[in-house]
This record gives sequence, structure tokens and C-alpha cells, in this order.
Amino acid sequence: MTLAIEMKHIEKSYGDFHALKNVSLSLEAGKKLVVCGPSGSGKSTLIRCINGLESFDEGDVLIWGERLEPKKMQKLRSEMGMVFQQFNLFPHLTVLENLTLAPIWVQNTPKASAEARAKEMLERVKMIDHVHKFPSQLSGGQQQRIAIARALCMNPKIMLFDEPTSALDPEMIKEVLDVMLELAVTGMTMVCVTHEMGFARQAADRIIFMDAGEIIEEGTPEEFFSHPKTDRAQLFLSQILHQA
Amino acid sequence: MSELRVLKRVKKIDRAAWFGQTTLQKVINGVLILLLLACLVPVFKWAVIDAQIRGSERCVTEGACWVFIKVRLLTFAFGFYETHELWRPVFVLSMWTLALVTIFRASYNFTLKILPFFITLLPLLSWGLLDGRWFGLPYIETAKWGGLLLSLMITLVSLSMAFPLGLLLALGRMSRLPLIKAGSVAFIELWRGVPLIAVLFMSSVMLPLVLPPGTEVDKLIRVFVGVSLFTSAYLAEVIRSGLNGVPKGQGEAASALGLGARQRLFLVVLPQALQAVIPSLVNSCISLFKDTSLVVVVGMFDLLGTVQQANTDPYWLGYSTEGYMFAGLIYWGVCFALSRFSLQLEKVRNV
Ligand SMILES: Nc1ncnc2c1ncn2[C@@H]1O[C@H](COP(=O)(O)OP(=O)(O)OP(=O)(O)O)[C@@H](O)[C@H]1O
Ligand SMILES: [Mg+2]
Repeated sequence: MTLAIEMKHIEKSYGDFHALKNVSLSLEAGKKLVVCGPSGSGKSTLIRCINGLESFDEGDVLIWGERLEPKKMQKLRSEMGMVFQQFNLFPHLTVLENLTLAPIWVQNTPKASAEARAKEMLERVKMIDHVHKFPSQLSGGQQQRIAIARALCMNPKIMLFDEPTSALDPEMIKEVLDVMLELAVTGMTMVCVTHEMGFARQAADRIIFMDAGEIIEEGTPEEFFSHPKTDRAQLFLSQILHQA
Repeated sequence: MSELRVLKRVKKIDRAAWFGQTTLQKVINGVLILLLLACLVPVFKWAVIDAQIRGSERCVTEGACWVFIKVRLLTFAFGFYETHELWRPVFVLSMWTLALVTIFRASYNFTLKILPFFITLLPLLSWGLLDGRWFGLPYIETAKWGGLLLSLMITLVSLSMAFPLGLLLALGRMSRLPLIKAGSVAFIELWRGVPLIAVLFMSSVMLPLVLPPGTEVDKLIRVFVGVSLFTSAYLAEVIRSGLNGVPKGQGEAASALGLGARQRLFLVVLPQALQAVIPSLVNSCISLFKDTSLVVVVGMFDLLGTVQQANTDPYWLGYSTEGYMFAGLIYWGVCFALSRFSLQLEKVRNV
């Protein structure tokens, strides 16, 4: 099977702080990986290394077998979608313009077909009624669904999610998770940093658990939730299950 | 429609504010209003009731003699520009007005697209038309340009040159390359530390000494360059503050979509940065417009210059109050229009 993402012995430091320690992982095409772990454990750093938003000191990242290096960065990024915790929609553009900006400027798609595709994606995330609004006129959950649609407009083969629901009110979490679940069944390769264990159980093929910059546990959701191997993971699970 | 509603609401609030006051507050405010009227009434009497505007000779009334302004109006507006060629400055100023109105009306993104054309084409076109030689029109030397035309030309042309330069300087100052960064910082700090009047002196007196003899650069062009460099340093700092204010996530989202560095800047970061600093940008424009009156020191006659010169006309001696009042009104009018313009821009953009 082809490997969509491969990380080999990644080391990353912020000054004296060792943020990623010898992180290796690989993900086959079409598989879903969930990343969890306590705050500050390096989950965001890890996922941002995959599309080069964060540089690393040592090791290699390969996307579809191609090394992520400055020359290929832009092309590889345009084939990977990323969804952020804070949505990061462009506030000066309408929903439609948010969705067509990259297709028009990066892929040179004609405006008309970019708009057609944008509307298709808006249907998919059930936001078609809001085409001409500005992001500030939408709720958090709606903004996040637009952000997902924006990423999908580039026709990515990989989607990266960095805590897409943790800035949302509980009632909005479901609408975003539903969109993500629907996306999962289409065969998209996905990496999700999330604490939504329901989503993990339902969609993930594999879970990795991080602590202090290291991957300390890796397995299927079944294994991880019922028989966490390390004390750290047990503690973490009991804490988040307690919350829920 | 909506503005009317706002106005009505404001009035309602005003009334509420008046009736909600304590007696002491009412007394104090009443006295203040009376004092204000006491000051304004004589001014009003002088400027309107006793004033004279008919005729073309010295006035006999004791009020304001607006005849003086009337007979000099063309000079105040255009300086000593040939009277039968006045369509040229009128055309140029209409062009700029039209451009401003377009910017005002157009959507924000369209504005950003046309702005580069405006700031390159309009100055060149203005120069060509006013000077005349490029278009085969009668040549009119810059020494004859004056009045409000000159003030506006210096402001608009210098701004057109200063804006792109200021943008480059702002980016330079934020650059990671130490040489570019140091160069930008040095340039900005140097020009911000010098008073405009010194810049004007330098450009008109010192520059010819430095340039190889024989090279002749028009005095007005030297003023344009001096004022542009001076203004660009201020604009650079305004733009930089705007760029700093755009959240990091915006650039990251653009990167993640595959946009290149330049696209990131021009499509995502800069539009937001500029939008955020519209009030400060307009503020810089207003001070620049008022500062153009300093060109008198290098022997040019802008609005204030022509007024001052008219004041010394022996036939019209004694009417300098009218002259200064008129100049003040025009300056105030232009600045007020600009600040309204900026308010509107902010409102339109902040959806
Ligand atoms: N730009 C930076 N400079 C210095 N330290 C940083 C920087 N970014 C992250 N760190 C540190 O690296 C560590 C890992 O950060 P990261 O954002 O990856 O954590 P996380 O697992 O995503 O946490 P959270 O769940 O809170 O988002 C944290 O301790 C953080 O303080
Ligand atoms: Mg994080």
C-alpha cells in the first residue's frame, strides 16, 4: 500500500525546549489517524511539521514518497488541506471568495469553475445559504465548516485537523464532527488532533498518544481505549472521560 | 435612509442628555453657550451681515471685504497658471476626484486592484497635462503652478510615490535579512528625525550643489521627491503597525492552502493590515496636506503662499484677515472632507 505520510526520526526544539523527540510515524493512503495527548505535548507541532508550517531540526517528512523540502513545499501544501483550531477564515473576503481564492491563484482554475466547485463543497458542509456572507457574520461552528470546505476546494488527498472543535460551544461540536465523519467515509486520508473520543472510536484506524514531545503509545482505538498500556495514557483517559 | 435613522437617534440622545442634567450642570452649560455666542456674534456680524461681496473695488463697509477674495479667486485656486489654459488643471483635479470617488465606491478588493494604476498613471498624466510638453500643449513652467492646485498636487503626487515606498520600507523593516532590515530602519529613523522644512531647504538649496553641474532638475520635482521620502517614513510605520496587527493564523492559513509568499502578502495579509490602519493613513494625508504650506520657504506659492502674496498688494492692503480666513476655511474644508471620507471607508469595510 502507498504511504501518504511518513515521518522519520523528527527532532524539533524551540531554543532549549525539546518539543518533538525522535517522532516517527507512517500513514497509508485512505487511513485515519487520531493524535491525542495532554496540552503542550507537541500535537500541534507534530501536525504542523507534516505540511511544513513548522520547520524541524532533524529527520525527514515524506508525502506520497516525496521529501518535504522548500522547493516542493508549495505544491505539496496545495494537495493537503489544513483546518485550524481558530478557523482562520479570511475576514476581508466573503465565504465564496474564501473558498475560491486558492483555487484561482494557486491552481489557476477559471473563476466560474472555482465558484461551481466552491458551491458544491458548501452543499456538502450544509452552508450553501451563506455564500455571500462574511466570516464575522457566522457562528463558530459555521465558520469551521466553511474552513473545512475551503480546504476541500483544493481537492486535497490528505486533510489535517488541529483540534477543530476545541474552540466551539458544545452544541456546535456535533455539526463539525458530522462533516468530518462524512468526509472520513469518502476515503480521505486524515490526521486529526482531537480529544473527541467518540469521533476517534467511530472514524480512526489508529490512535497515537503523545506526552512531552514523544509518541508513547500507538494502536487501534479499541486497544487504546480499553487497554491503555502506559500509566500516562491511563491517567489521561480517566481525566477526559471524567470531563465527558 | 439608515443615516437618517442614526441622526434621529443622535438627536434623541442629545435631548436626553440635556434634560438629564442637574441644575448646576444646566447653569454651567448655559453660561458656556452664552459665552460662545458672545464670541461668535461679532464674527458673524463682520463676516456676513456687514460684509460686502459686490463690485470689484475696495470696500466701503466696515465688515469683511470678500471682494478681495473674489477678484483673486483664480490665483488662490491655480496660482499664475495661464488663464486660457485653465481647463488643464480643472481636468487634472477632476481626474483625481473621480479616482477618489471610485476608491470610495468600489469594493475593497477592487480598490486594491486599481490602486497601483491610480498611483502610477495619475501623477504622470497630471504632470503631462499641466506641463503640456508631452502632449504637444503649450508649455507652462512649474513656477506658474500655484494656489490650491499646487497644494493638492504636492499632496497627491507625493502620496502616490510615498505609499509604495512606505510599503517597501515597512516590509524591509520586518525582513529577516539583517542588511535590508538595518537599511530600512536607518532610512525611516533618519527621515522621521528631520523637520519637513529642512527637507524642503535641502532639496532646493543643497541638492543642486551635490548634483553634477549642468543637470537641472525642476524645483517642483525636487519638492515632490523630498516630500515623498519624508512621508514614506511615516507611512512605513503606519503600515508596519497594520501588518503586525494581522493574526499569525492568517498567514498560516494562506500558506496551508499553497499560496506563495507574495500572494500571501497581497491577497491576505496586506488587505487586512491596510484596512486596520485607514484612520492613521488618512491622518498622515491630512498632516501632509497642511504641511504643504511650508513650500513658501522655497519660493513656491501654494494656497497660503498666494494668499500671503495677495495680502501685500498695495491696492488691497488691510484685507489680510479675509485672506487668512479664506485660506483657513479651504484647508479646513479639505481636511474635514478627508476625515469624513476615512470614517465612511471604515464603516463600509467593517461589515
Ligand atoms: N513558537 C514557539 N516557541 C517556543 N515554544 C513553543 C512554540 N510553539 C510551541 N512551543 C512549545 O512546544 C510545546 C508543544 O506545543 P504544541 O503547541 O505542539 O502543544 P499541543 O500538544 O498542541 O498543546 P495544546 O493541546 O495546548 O494545543 C509546548 O510546551 C509549547 O510551549
Ligand atoms: Mg495544539
